[in-house]
Amino acid sequence: MAFFLETLLGGLMAGMLYSLVALGFVLIFKASGVFNFAQGAMVLFAALAMARFSEWLPQWLGFDNLLLANVLAFLIAGILMFGIAWLVERLVLRHLVNQDGATLLMATLGITYFIDGLGQSLFGSDIYQINIGMPKEPVFLLDSVFEGGLMVNLEDVYAAIIAASLVILLTIFFNKTITGRALRAVADDHQAAQSVGIPLNHIWVVVWCVAGLVALVAGMIWGSKMGVQFSLSTVALRALPVIILGGLTSVPGAIIGGLIIGVGEKLSEVFLGGYVGGGIEIWFAYMLALVVLMFRPQGLFGEKIIDRV
Amino acid sequence: MFYRENGQFKTNYKADQQIFAITQDRWAVLALIAFAFIGVPMMVDEYLFRAILIPFLILALAAVGLNILVGYCGQLSLGSGAFMAIGAYGAYNFIMRIEGMPLILALLLGGVCATIAGIVFGIPSLRVRGLYLAVATLAAQFFWDWAFLRIGWFTIYTPSGSVAVSNLQVFGWTINSPVEKYWFCLGFLTVFALLAKNLVRSAIGRNWMAIRDMDVAAAVIGIQPLYAKLSAFAVSSFIIGVAGGLWGFVHLGGWEPAAFDIQRSFQLLFMVIIGGMGSIMGSMFGAAFIVALPIFLNQALPVVGSWVGVTISTAGIAHAEFMIFGALIVWFLIVEPHGLARLWSIGKQKMRIWPFPH
Amino acid sequence: MKLRKLMLGAAAAAMGVSALLAPVSSAQAEETQFFPSLVYRTGAYAPNGIPFANGYSDYYRLVNERGGINGVKITVEECETGYSTDRIVECYERLKGQNGGATVFQPLSTGGTFALTEKAPVDKIPLITAGLGRSESEDGGIFKWNFPLLGTYWVAADVLVQHVGKEAGGLDKLKGKKIALIYHDSAYGKEPIPLMQKRAEMHGFELQLLPVAHPGVEQKATWLKVRRNRPDYVFLWGWGVMNSTAIKEAVATGYPREKMYGVWWSGAEPDVKDVADAAKGYNSLALQHSAEYDSSVVKEVLAKLHDQGKGTGPREEVGQVLYMRGLISAMLATEGMRVAQAKYGKGKRITGEQMRWGLENMNLTTIGLNSLGFGGVMRTTSTSCNDHMGASWARIQTWNGKGWDVGNTWYEGDRKVLGPMVTATANKYAADKKLTRRAASDCNS
Repeated sequence: MAFFLETLLGGLMAGMLYSLVALGFVLIFKASGVFNFAQGAMVLFAALAMARFSEWLPQWLGFDNLLLANVLAFLIAGILMFGIAWLVERLVLRHLVNQDGATLLMATLGITYFIDGLGQSLFGSDIYQINIGMPKEPVFLLDSVFEGGLMVNLEDVYAAIIAASLVILLTIFFNKTITGRALRAVADDHQAAQSVGIPLNHIWVVVWCVAGLVALVAGMIWGSKMGVQFSLSTVALRALPVIILGGLTSVPGAIIGGLIIGVGEKLSEVFLGGYVGGGIEIWFAYMLALVVLMFRPQGLFGEKIIDRV
Repeated sequence: MFYRENGQFKTNYKADQQIFAITQDRWAVLALIAFAFIGVPMMVDEYLFRAILIPFLILALAAVGLNILVGYCGQLSLGSGAFMAIGAYGAYNFIMRIEGMPLILALLLGGVCATIAGIVFGIPSLRVRGLYLAVATLAAQFFWDWAFLRIGWFTIYTPSGSVAVSNLQVFGWTINSPVEKYWFCLGFLTVFALLAKNLVRSAIGRNWMAIRDMDVAAAVIGIQPLYAKLSAFAVSSFIIGVAGGLWGFVHLGGWEPAAFDIQRSFQLLFMVIIGGMGSIMGSMFGAAFIVALPIFLNQALPVVGSWVGVTISTAGIAHAEFMIFGALIVWFLIVEPHGLARLWSIGKQKMRIWPFPH
Repeated sequence: MKLRKLMLGAAAAAMGVSALLAPVSSAQAEETQFFPSLVYRTGAYAPNGIPFANGYSDYYRLVNERGGINGVKITVEECETGYSTDRIVECYERLKGQNGGATVFQPLSTGGTFALTEKAPVDKIPLITAGLGRSESEDGGIFKWNFPLLGTYWVAADVLVQHVGKEAGGLDKLKGKKIALIYHDSAYGKEPIPLMQKRAEMHGFELQLLPVAHPGVEQKATWLKVRRNRPDYVFLWGWGVMNSTAIKEAVATGYPREKMYGVWWSGAEPDVKDVADAAKGYNSLALQHSAEYDSSVVKEVLAKLHDQGKGTGPREEVGQVLYMRGLISAMLATEGMRVAQAKYGKGKRITGEQMRWGLENMNLTTIGLNSLGFGGVMRTTSTSCNDHMGASWARIQTWNGKGWDVGNTWYEGDRKVLGPMVTATANKYAADKKLTRRAASDCNS
């Protein structure tokens, strides 16, 4: 029983991490209708920037404080992500305004390759560290109830708290600020929003900036957990079942979907994996999402797809 | 002036409906095929065969298959790597387990295995559409990635999971040298491209295109989405499966599941989109572009670097390749979203009215 | 709009033409020996590929600084493979005929070894797979062109079992214990499984197989399973970022690092340095050598190369575990070349076939190793017609938070167990491929 709870907790935590990455996808899709395959590369780039700058800044500026280095590195990485967002909107999106989904998908794939190459050539291909002071050792709770205690990974808990706060911040941003309202208007109907006077180009830059920020937070947390290295960009592939399960256009869907996928993955791997030799995590998540899609083709919380003939 | 079809009158339906209606087109295509079979082997050295031409032919075949699904039927699929793998492993099992199995039959049977898998994994397309379908097909990709690693039966219980084939022969004629492999693949591509071209011009092809354009309206006028979509998956998977078999047997010689991973799926989708969706010719253009580009970059970058006096490290070249590849894809999509096939048809149009501008 | 189309057309034409002109063949006038270097400096396995590649390249430069092998200098060309078998094969095809012909290939990838094993005999270029590759390829009677020098994965697994047996007080004390093998889900990770299964049968321990999919960053569930099963020992067969992730997950689930044993490719600085203190106690195999900052070859490299600005890679890397592995792999290749030259003509370029003979008749003595600067780094080794592996010694090293402490016990692969397995598997390969074992007369060619 204790072990089942541990696996469940582990799954929930992993799911929150997937949701963080999925959030970036959902934000961009909601506002501009683009399925941003480059989100994984953005996570990697942001994490690399933060890791390397937190290493370089103390060397260049000659101070020793880890917290200051991290904060400055975070800010610089954020600025870099804003820069990328602006460049992507300017050079790519503006020219591909009315193309169909497949073309836009391929364009974002092209951007993925570009950002991957850029990140590695600027920052290197080694494993880099992000040290934000997360505890690495597990704690054991509820000693009295379960023998040996329930193992809880504090780093995961902090990550989940950070992810939850980010979601709350984003919800406030979308619902209470003018820009947020403009974003929702654009997501509803581009042309109507334009006719009311909302500048589409600016909004798209804002959306990609926010997505970049989300990617930075995700990169920071993932990087702190497993080190910053090229394979970090593969987390995007782990986040895709989350999006299609939760619905491409729904922020709460990304969270709930993430939790479901995380739990499903870990439970299946630990309890079912043994019978088939292990390694079933990845495709099980996709199969799970697929099964849900058969019953709800737009995902759990997505917008119903209406066809007009 | 030279490309006009005036003076060419058709006197029966058969002549009117043929693939290359214009005489110049027919001659050009026949000349091209003759050049491909006879001329190219005389001019090209072994490295070019192995590195560019053979991969181009096999991937062009796979791109034709994928174009049928994505371009003609509108079902976005990211699982093509898995179908190539099924074709390759299927052909491997048939050739290894059955004594005396002919090579071509084994490859075709591998394609049949891929067809069955394609139909099964195509069932979600009946419920799910668009980008959701694309991600759903990734389920096939990852499942088969895992299955070929874990289920020993597929690899006839080799402990390492790597399989290899050798001594390929067709009717006693061994396929060993690059030229023979080239001819073998070219034969497959020619036959399948012809079949595919005729298929998409037939009733089923029109069904596919109707589904692509507006599937609700297609259902309203009586096209059954079940048959149309699943047949698209079936035909597409068959061709991709055969291409996978060729890739493993002829190009690689020995492979592991990682040879057919998600990067392969992306590569095929790039070829279809860059080449032009809904065009058989486009698939081949796209394949040529995607196959030649990395090699060109690999050769050209050090040269360009030396012009500006900079020696780039191997890592630097690899990164630059990535960046330039990505940038070129994006630039291409901006400049010509309908792909190389559109450029080709614009060119032909210009040729028709040359030397007049319009 | 028109300009755009024009540019498109020009770009397409340029590409087509340049692709046709692709292979840039350079004819070398003077006698140089070409050693291609298949590296991965990008991708998920780059952290481990880079120090190896730097060591490999540095040794060839050092040889040239020393005056070459009997005056013949060495040219090296790197080709980026990203640890992908496809690209390894492509680099192989591109480089095998360059610069007068490749002398030997070292793919540094077991998957790549499988692919190249089929091609090497046709192109007559030997393969050195020092410490990796197919375990059965030590049988030179079947695998004429493969040289898994210094050890294979069956030797590695064997030594680890011997070591934990010794720790437990005897191999019979392993009965009833549980050993988990966390392995990279590829040809590389699956290699030790047959040996582990045989040893499990022999000694009665329970073997748990836990595969981890490429690239190896997703190990949470694996280590949850480890936590549930509580194996007595965990053997790690990882590469690249999988290694450091494994150790981080071990920390996160509280598995004692002292009970973890990595293969010689899972025990290097990139794997432990960002965990540093928390990885204290983690053990791994040392393929004869460990980190050797005090060896004379390292001092020579620093003096002759890095101090003159001719070194590959950063100075801090010189002497690290994987850097030394690269040095040693290059040294084995050049020593094979020296032996071949002694027979076929000193001071002349040798062909792939002659190199193969050289690798098959190597005899590295203590004096020889000392003169090359490898004294105290590795033991003597010699190959023969049927034994393409040579020595199969290994030690255990432990991470102490800052560096590797290497143990004093030298283990050797147990021939009584390994011999029959190798012969049986090699014979099966021969039967599958319809090859025959080499005749004794073939050994002298």
